Amino acid sequence: MPTALYRFLLSLVLLLPVIAHAGDASDFAAASSSQQAALLERWSAEPDAARLPLLEALQQGRVAADSNKAAFIETDGVYQPADGTAAAAEAPRKLRLNNRLRGLIATAVASHQLLAEDPALRLAAAQQLQKSAKPEQLALLNARVAAEEDDGVRDALSLALANLQLVDNDPAVRLAAVRLLGETGDPLARTRLESLLDPGVESDATVRTAAETSLAQVKRKLLIGELLGQAFSGLSLGSILLLAALGLAITFGLLGVINMAHGEMLMLGAYSTYMVQVLFQRFAPEALALYPLVALPVAFFVTAAIGMALERTVIRHLYGRPLETLLATWGISLILIQLVRVLFGAQNVEVANPYWLSGGIQVLPNLVLPYNRIVIIGFALFVVVLTWLLLNKTRLGLNVRAVTQNRNMAACCGVPTGRVDMLAFGLGSGIAGLGGVALSQIGNVGPDLGQSYIIDSFLVVVLGGVGQLAGSVMAAFGLGIANKILEPQIGAVLGKILILALIILFIQKRPQGLFALKGRVID
Amino acid sequence: MRATPVPEFMLEPVFDAAGSGRDAIGASTLASKGLNVRHGTILTLEDINVSFDGFKALTNLTLYIGVGELRCIIGPNGAGKTTMMDVITGKTRPDNGVAYFGETLDLTQMSEVEIAQSGIGRKFQKPTVFEALSVFENLELAQKTNKSVWASLRAKLTGEQKDRIDEVLQTIKLDASRQRPAGLLSHGQKQFLEIGMLLVQDPQLLLLDEPVAGMTDAETEFTAELFKSLARKHSLMVVEHDMGFVGSIADHVTVLHQGSVLAEGSLEQVQNDERVIEVYLGR
Amino acid sequence: MNATNQTLLARASAKLGPQVSIAIGLLVLAVLVAMPLLHLLPADNALHVSAYTLTLVGKILCYCIVALALDLVWGYAGLLSLGHGLFFALGGYAMGMYLMREAAGDGLPAFMSFLAWTELPWYWYGTDNFLWAMCLVVLAPGLLALVFGFFAFRSRIKGVYFSIMTQALTFAGMLLFFRNETGFGGNNGFTNFRTILGFDITSAHTRAVLFLATVLLLVASLYLGWTLARSKFGRVLTALRDAENRLMFCGYDPRGYKLFIWVLSAVLCGLAGALYVPQVGIINPSEMSPTNSIEAAVWVALGGRGTLIGPLLGAGLVNGMKSWFTVAFPEYWLFALGFLFIVVTLFLPKGVIGLLRKKGEQ
Repeated sequence: MPTALYRFLLSLVLLLPVIAHAGDASDFAAASSSQQAALLERWSAEPDAARLPLLEALQQGRVAADSNKAAFIETDGVYQPADGTAAAAEAPRKLRLNNRLRGLIATAVASHQLLAEDPALRLAAAQQLQKSAKPEQLALLNARVAAEEDDGVRDALSLALANLQLVDNDPAVRLAAVRLLGETGDPLARTRLESLLDPGVESDATVRTAAETSLAQVKRKLLIGELLGQAFSGLSLGSILLLAALGLAITFGLLGVINMAHGEMLMLGAYSTYMVQVLFQRFAPEALALYPLVALPVAFFVTAAIGMALERTVIRHLYGRPLETLLATWGISLILIQLVRVLFGAQNVEVANPYWLSGGIQVLPNLVLPYNRIVIIGFALFVVVLTWLLLNKTRLGLNVRAVTQNRNMAACCGVPTGRVDMLAFGLGSGIAGLGGVALSQIGNVGPDLGQSYIIDSFLVVVLGGVGQLAGSVMAAFGLGIANKILEPQIGAVLGKILILALIILFIQKRPQGLFALKGRVID
Repeated sequence: MRATPVPEFMLEPVFDAAGSGRDAIGASTLASKGLNVRHGTILTLEDINVSFDGFKALTNLTLYIGVGELRCIIGPNGAGKTTMMDVITGKTRPDNGVAYFGETLDLTQMSEVEIAQSGIGRKFQKPTVFEALSVFENLELAQKTNKSVWASLRAKLTGEQKDRIDEVLQTIKLDASRQRPAGLLSHGQKQFLEIGMLLVQDPQLLLLDEPVAGMTDAETEFTAELFKSLARKHSLMVVEHDMGFVGSIADHVTVLHQGSVLAEGSLEQVQNDERVIEVYLGR
Repeated sequence: MNATNQTLLARASAKLGPQVSIAIGLLVLAVLVAMPLLHLLPADNALHVSAYTLTLVGKILCYCIVALALDLVWGYAGLLSLGHGLFFALGGYAMGMYLMREAAGDGLPAFMSFLAWTELPWYWYGTDNFLWAMCLVVLAPGLLALVFGFFAFRSRIKGVYFSIMTQALTFAGMLLFFRNETGFGGNNGFTNFRTILGFDITSAHTRAVLFLATVLLLVASLYLGWTLARSKFGRVLTALRDAENRLMFCGYDPRGYKLFIWVLSAVLCGLAGALYVPQVGIINPSEMSPTNSIEAAVWVALGGRGTLIGPLLGAGLVNGMKSWFTVAFPEYWLFALGFLFIVVTLFLPKGVIGLLRKKGEQ
């Protein structure tokens, strides 16, 4: 290997064409895939800071080669020679990588990043190596553990090391490694430890016993993550149910209108989001990331307008006949679904998360909280507060409550009951539209979107007690969490059925729902 | 409508020595049959409390109704009159307190249906009849008989039962409208139909919530006669705002105020009671 | 019949002219009885009724029974069930179990071998016996309705709450039957039936007999409904629908009455389902989808609830329309159905029968 010239431009790595180690890139480009694997393994064991740009380029699929097997790195569409040699003979072609190589590259990048200045980078690298370190890296890891100054990184490195030491020849080393693994909450540690329980794999009885203890420890730690994960998905499901049920709580709870087309309002909200996204893509691609924010008011007004139109044309004539309302609104829902099918096709349409809604926070090794779900939980609460304020602190809210309690008296006091009905129905539908925006960010958007939520939303309203916002909130989160706790135990379907049975039993005890006003009922 | 004299048979119940007997309306039994009323009290309410989300509708309400008594309950709006009826008929459960029908039947432990079957009939404030059924059918359903599902599947009116319904139809002057759907009756006619339904149901205790609301003077007068004729063999509890009506029927009046009994006695007595004048009559 | 005992319904239909009604009824019955017989004619005969037509009409007759059953609880007792598809499907599945066993001979039904099951689940025992299968047809929907109704009526769930609960019930049923592990063929349900009681299920004679059995069940259900509507029981139900509280203070326990008619209605649906499956040749969980059940409600509403003929008329009209639409304009059927829901509720509160009666009165 010829002596190398290093040009190390740390801050400009991604912006400037990078000339890496003179030979590595070309060696790699010229090698067969098994040789490439061997190269990568060697590089992982002996990291060299200068090789990092090449590895990163490999990881991002930016490395190409011409017919002379000279390597090039592509940056913003421009190919630069990777080893500082002559320009390409002809247009270089990107190197093809298989999955095994990609895994090896990730490992190699991590072991190179162990040398990085930034402790956060080193920590991430160490965590990567916990998953993928190879026995060849044993010496490297040993050296890094000794040299590492940051405590967090050192702990992470020791774990990565312990993973490798599980197959050490010395039982004492294995024992220490097993004990160390017991302190992690890593799902991988569990599988590793479980395999050690087999006498065929681990011959030493002491190590096996220690593995058992460690396994119990790991499982306990994992359990916490699992429980938190279930609680979080429960909250997330609850917030979705809440968004779906909140509009219903207004139209059903306050106006007494059974709107079976409520689910379709969710669906229309999601399709509005899709339309906004399409318009952004066409006319303002640079601001695409902001489309969900614009979609919120659009979805609200679209669904509110449709809701008000329905109220004026159909539902108005059916007040006081709940069962007929139920059937008529079911008819409306059929028409809306079919209309969307005709306009947008029966297939799901694609609504993509903007970058700030994708990804998540890694809280525990087995617990990632996705940003979109976090945002939706917050959004649901925000909508609840807004609705509460609207109903309790504004003139419209006062009018709605007045009409709810005594329509005739309200009319006598000069409340325009017809207009109030229309606005309240519009509000309920608009909130469903907002729910649709949220749903579009976490699930498929198709014509049948609303159908899957309508029954659950009604259960929320029934369970929460009609006309009670607080009850709806409690019921939505309660149902969400109960669902997610039952799901892993008995499966999603049986869980749903069990919940239905529980609701029926619950209603035996509290026929009016969670938050019922007792009172003298005159009929 | 002119008040016609109440038919003779309604005023003259026939008692026989055995204590079981036929009243004027038919073969149903004497008020005390099957019901232990040894101490002459048909309804006992003691220290009843009912609260709705902190609002106390009834506070330590204590009230006794004697066998064959005609009691009028008066009181301003919100005094707890209807809630009291709800407690007696099992519609509302009291938070605490004692409610006995006769000596042995604990009303707080019985369902609405059991209470109705044991012999308490109720007329609602707003007349409720089965609007899609004819007047005759309304009475047929209310009639005292076996009310189980099986019985109703095979039920056929006997001549005797039919005669009884005819009698009541004449009493409440709806004979001519017997085939009309009850929903088409006037307000006053519905009131009478509901009273008629109580008559054929033949309860031992009748609770009547504002029975003469919406009636003409003549109808009111007639109703007063009817109620007076019912007393003695039935016990009646009448809630009414119409003081003239109360004066014409009551021998005993109870004044409710804020969920408990303010005064009790003859109408004259309570009308002269200082506290009553203050909260109610003295307005 | 005692004039005083006449129901409103009977009085109203009297205005239409009882002779005319009876004549039309007999004519329809004659046609229905003739159809399977004409099916037995050779195919080239001008009067031959094709298997397609016979199956279609047989299917609609099954739906008519469902409509009638739904009307008994909705039109008379005021309980709108949005879950009658579940009872229908349960009856169908019970029959399907028998047919699958029959088709499988001594082995396991095909889908079970497909899942590599080696043993019948316990609830399949005895289903090769026709009589036990018929018991299941009655018991499965009946018991489910009994348990659900007991709890629902005990806690006085009524009105839209009841409707939504029943809808959730059928939805849950559908989810359950979609699972392969439930042991009812999952997604695909039961199909590829061969014989019933040893007779080839596709033969003209079997079809004719099944069709006649359906007509018989329909007539029997009509007679039952007519008897109930005329009895005191029917009047109690009407009273229950209009003023439940008053009825309780009259000393009637509404729970028993509701439960009786509810279970009866569920069993009728189950029987209809059991006749539907061998005629149509397939049963799968989509029969339990909430959409199917709510569609049954529009049959009843269109025809006229609270009458006995209305639901039959409604089921016939809607399903006839559906057959025509899904061939001619498949895209627009849901629009048509949706508008039907709206038009019926807005403009035809008493259904077609109500419209006819109004015409008759004028």
